[in-house]
Amino acid sequence: MIEIEGLSKTFTLHNQGGVVIPVMEGGALSVARGECVGLVGTSGAGKSTLMRMIYGNYLAASGRILVDGLDVTKAEPREILALRRQTLGYVSQFLRVVPRVATLDVVAEPLLAVGVHAEAARETARGLLTRLRIPERLWSLSPTSFSGGEQQRVNIARGFAHEYPCLLLDEPTASLDAANRETVLGLIDEAKARGAAIVGIFHDEAARDRVCDHTVDVSIFTPKAA
Amino acid sequence: MTTPLLEVRDIAKFYGHRIGCDKVDFDLYPGEVMGIVGESGSGKSTLLNCLAGHLTPDAGQVRFEMRTGEMADTVTMSEPERRMLSRTDWAFVHQHARDGLRMNVSAGGNVGERLMAVGARHYGNIREEAIDWLGRVEISETRVDDRPTAFSGGMQQRLQIARNLVTGPRLVFMDEPTGGLDVSVQARLLDLLRGLVREMGLSAIIVTHDLAVVRLLADRLMVMKDGHVVESGLTDQVLDDPQHAYTQLLVSSVLQV
Repeated sequence: MIEIEGLSKTFTLHNQGGVVIPVMEGGALSVARGECVGLVGTSGAGKSTLMRMIYGNYLAASGRILVDGLDVTKAEPREILALRRQTLGYVSQFLRVVPRVATLDVVAEPLLAVGVHAEAARETARGLLTRLRIPERLWSLSPTSFSGGEQQRVNIARGFAHEYPCLLLDEPTASLDAANRETVLGLIDEAKARGAAIVGIFHDEAARDRVCDHTVDVSIFTPKAA
Repeated sequence: MTTPLLEVRDIAKFYGHRIGCDKVDFDLYPGEVMGIVGESGSGKSTLLNCLAGHLTPDAGQVRFEMRTGEMADTVTMSEPERRMLSRTDWAFVHQHARDGLRMNVSAGGNVGERLMAVGARHYGNIREEAIDWLGRVEISETRVDDRPTAFSGGMQQRLQIARNLVTGPRLVFMDEPTGGLDVSVQARLLDLLRGLVREMGLSAIIVTHDLAVVRLLADRLMVMKDGHVVESGLTDQVLDDPQHAYTQLLVSSVLQV
């Protein structure tokens, strides 16, 4: 489902003397349906950068990233948006939402975007929020006022609402208590069972060992200092 | 394969020898929302006005897909044809609601007037439709006979949006739609616009200097400086991994809250 080869990335800081910082070279990754691959490496090695490039959020300098047959590095914005709507889900570490929108609608939104009927979408959202132990009295409130852990769970519920064939998970179990961590790992297992290809970053080693089929150390893609 | 709703080719507008905007080129597809950002004087409003037919560009083409499926150049079409477009398939939301509203006509009249312009004649139906639209933009039915002068800034802006969308346009131009509104009102308006865009499958071009607004509303982003497009792409990509020096400066200048 996800095939990456020859991927490189540089950042050019025009306003800081035009410094060019190479951060990745020869990046490669392959994820099959029903498989979960964990990205490992020290902080700053480029795990999140790689994930953001797969999502089309960062531009690649060279190489290709095929997600369900679409080369994200060359695709038009509308092709990437369609891919994100239908195929590629991303649970980031931070929840970014329009203020004032109720939690239930935040979670249901990805389903509405693919044309699921409003009531069916809310039903799915209610199910996920219940599993992730967000108290029902909070569902009509905007998640912007929630605690960090609650926001993280709302973000996860939103990421799992639509059954994306590909999922990117950036630290999905960070800042969760044991029970919720277990729920999230269960959601990941279910997604794998239905055939989703998953790329994950887990600092929680026990969690990584449990859900990941293998790991890729991204520091081998770090360019050697010249 | 879908075809573009709007094809913009090499648009240029000069004020004497000063550049308004130059060499602007893009396609907008049905259902897409594009943001145009840049500081004041960067040419973004000039461009929007050229696209919407308020200004005549000095060069270039603006081709719009008519309901018949043919592409018509809106720069060279006749004035009545263009006026018909701006009453039916196009909408223009001004920064100052007073520029887009008739201030001495009731709220219901403001919405109904656009319906009448496209041929609606039955008073009962027009009033009913107007009330329905006021409801959608969260203006109570009890205010239908009040004039916009009696409305708050946020309400005026929502009324302007209702007036524009009542005829079911396919393309909406917005010039700083949330400018001058306080933050809580802005959030409400953004939520409303997002919902309408999704439900009606609207395409929109939004000019703003507010990067937070484009992040939430726009699929794509164009960054302008001195009349030129310096960078364009997927909104979150341009904001999170800006390539051009000016965009980097713009993004890093935003104050963190």
